Amino acid sequence: MSAGTHQSGGMGTGVVKWIDSRLPVFTYLQKEYAEFEAPRNFNWFWNFGAILTFLLVMMIMTGIFLAMQYQPNTALAFDSVERIMRDVNYGWLLRYLHANGATFFFIAIYIHIFRGMYYGSYKAPRELLWMLGVVILLLAMATAFMGYVLPWGQMSFWGATVITNLFSAIPLVGDSIVTLLWGGFSVDNPTLNRFFALHYLLPFLIFGVVILHVIALHVTGSNNPLGVDPKGPQDTLPFHPYYTMKDSVGLAAFVTIMAAFVFFAPNFFGEPENYLEAAPLNTPAHIVPEWYFLPFFAILRSIDFDILFIEAKLGGVIAMFAAIFVLFVLPWLDRSPVRSAKFRPVYKWFFWIFLINAVILGYVGGKPTDAPVFSGVEGFQIIHLGYITTFWYFAHFLIVIPLLGIFERPKPVPKSISEAVLGGGAAGTTATAKPMEKA
Amino acid sequence: MGIVSTFRHTAAAAGLAACAALISTSVQAAGEAKDPENQDWHFEGIFGTVDRASAQRGLQVYLEVCSGCHGLKQVAYRNLAELGFTEAEVKAIAAEFEVEDGPNDDGEMFFRPAIASDRFASPFPNEQAAKAANNGAAPPDLSLQVKAHPGGADYIYALLTGYEDPPADKELSPGLAYNAYFRGNAIAMPNPLFEDGVEYTDGTQATVEQMAWDVTNFMQWAAEPTMETRKQIGFKVVLFLIILTAILYAAKRKMWSNVDH
Repeated sequence: MSAGTHQSGGMGTGVVKWIDSRLPVFTYLQKEYAEFEAPRNFNWFWNFGAILTFLLVMMIMTGIFLAMQYQPNTALAFDSVERIMRDVNYGWLLRYLHANGATFFFIAIYIHIFRGMYYGSYKAPRELLWMLGVVILLLAMATAFMGYVLPWGQMSFWGATVITNLFSAIPLVGDSIVTLLWGGFSVDNPTLNRFFALHYLLPFLIFGVVILHVIALHVTGSNNPLGVDPKGPQDTLPFHPYYTMKDSVGLAAFVTIMAAFVFFAPNFFGEPENYLEAAPLNTPAHIVPEWYFLPFFAILRSIDFDILFIEAKLGGVIAMFAAIFVLFVLPWLDRSPVRSAKFRPVYKWFFWIFLINAVILGYVGGKPTDAPVFSGVEGFQIIHLGYITTFWYFAHFLIVIPLLGIFERPKPVPKSISEAVLGGGAAGTTATAKPMEKA
Repeated sequence: MGIVSTFRHTAAAAGLAACAALISTSVQAAGEAKDPENQDWHFEGIFGTVDRASAQRGLQVYLEVCSGCHGLKQVAYRNLAELGFTEAEVKAIAAEFEVEDGPNDDGEMFFRPAIASDRFASPFPNEQAAKAANNGAAPPDLSLQVKAHPGGADYIYALLTGYEDPPADKELSPGLAYNAYFRGNAIAMPNPLFEDGVEYTDGTQATVEQMAWDVTNFMQWAAEPTMETRKQIGFKVVLFLIILTAILYAAKRKMWSNVDH
């Protein structure tokens, strides 16, 4: 594999050379996945890109085989899923891999995002890389939401009813949008048909955006735990074999955990009530979305008051979408010149507070709003905890992060990765933080 | 146009009501269901299997007590072979049910005895008929009931053994029975199990607890018939993955031992 590109074009010999001189796929793979210089100091949190790529491919493959057996018709959908579970060879495995795969995709994508937030991976020059990632998150959410509707269980139906109804809050065009989403005047067969079509389409769009995400990554290079750009070969390692090896370890460990759920607790993350067929005249006592939507669901419910001329319902919808869209502008909200939280003593604390806050938001989203937070203290209800955590979610981005950029005094940043890694721990020598220069 | 418009508004109103109900999410404080007690089931754990003797008795309870009102439409008679029934026994069980078939050469639908490849015939032709015959509450199909409740098998067992006289302050509508484990505590299904309600072919004493236990084991199998295969494959897969991870980790350590990082 060491053969370089020739003047005549094309690496390798024989057929490989023949192809490569006409379509340089081998040169591309060699350059982008083998020789690609990655910072030598990645920790295990840098595994999740590879894990997510694997999961996306797994989801598409299991999904294609499920689609061969599934019937997108309200009269048949629920039973066809049970046929997959009972009569299709290894159908139960396909379906449990697909259902748990969605859960583990979100576990991985959330870890990947929090990794980016902790180490400042969204900062210049990686703004577009980050924004493409947010696009992937949005597409994954839309895909997961529509996929959850397909089994046509009670939560499928009522979740779809509630979420599509949110769009009716949009002034003037809201009702028309809802009719368009439904393909009629309630969630019914046309809704199921179009959700199936879109659920099949969106993963391929995700795949396309992932390619853009990777192209952008290979232009800027990866961030690393120090947040200092590599200055030369002493700071990096070739991606292959070092990181292909390390990614394999992380991926195998991750898949082991996922397999344990798939085979021993396949319905752990699922809502039991979705094993009841959709009944449009029978509303479940608690309609809850899948766990990965709960923090955003909590934000939606927390705006239960009018803000000036904005009605509560519209306010909730705006807040819920704003909670994701605020991520798009994060690179410009954070003015701190230092990337990694390692050298940001104050931001580090606020990061963990934000993370805990997000977990509490998830808890809030899964509980009835008027339940007491602490048993015995009737006055303090889930909705109040929702107000606080929703406020903090936005305050973190809109108040804390911009202010930290001005007032925080970062610790000295090492001059280079090799200095920090090889220099025997004597990290920073620069007296004050300085803006990072591009390598 | 007028009809469409009316329909549209009804649908929108229903949706909005659901949305409002959700966002305010008020719980009916009265009649919170009691949590079912945790039972020690044979199918639990990563090596858990179906208790076949119990599930076979459970089938008998289903056939003699439950099947008059409850369907089991996801399960085929042939599946009973997995519980240890012989082909002849399966055929005999199937033949006791009538299923609609057709149309025949005269264009007529007709009824015939079920065969092994049929799925369990439901007692009512449709939900409306089920409601009409049961005081307005359609008895649910039992195929997936164990998976459809948070308490799973514990819940089914608790419900079947949880019938009691209502407390003095609880007023029940006519036709409802008191059951502390049911949401709202008032259940449309009358107490189905009575001492010696079935005569077990294997001679087991048919107490209420025994019958509830057996039929729950049967329903668990009916809800997840691939469980044993799943766990057997899963044990090998997870063991393989643990070893693979360990080998990859060792290889990674070796490979990285000569670089500082």
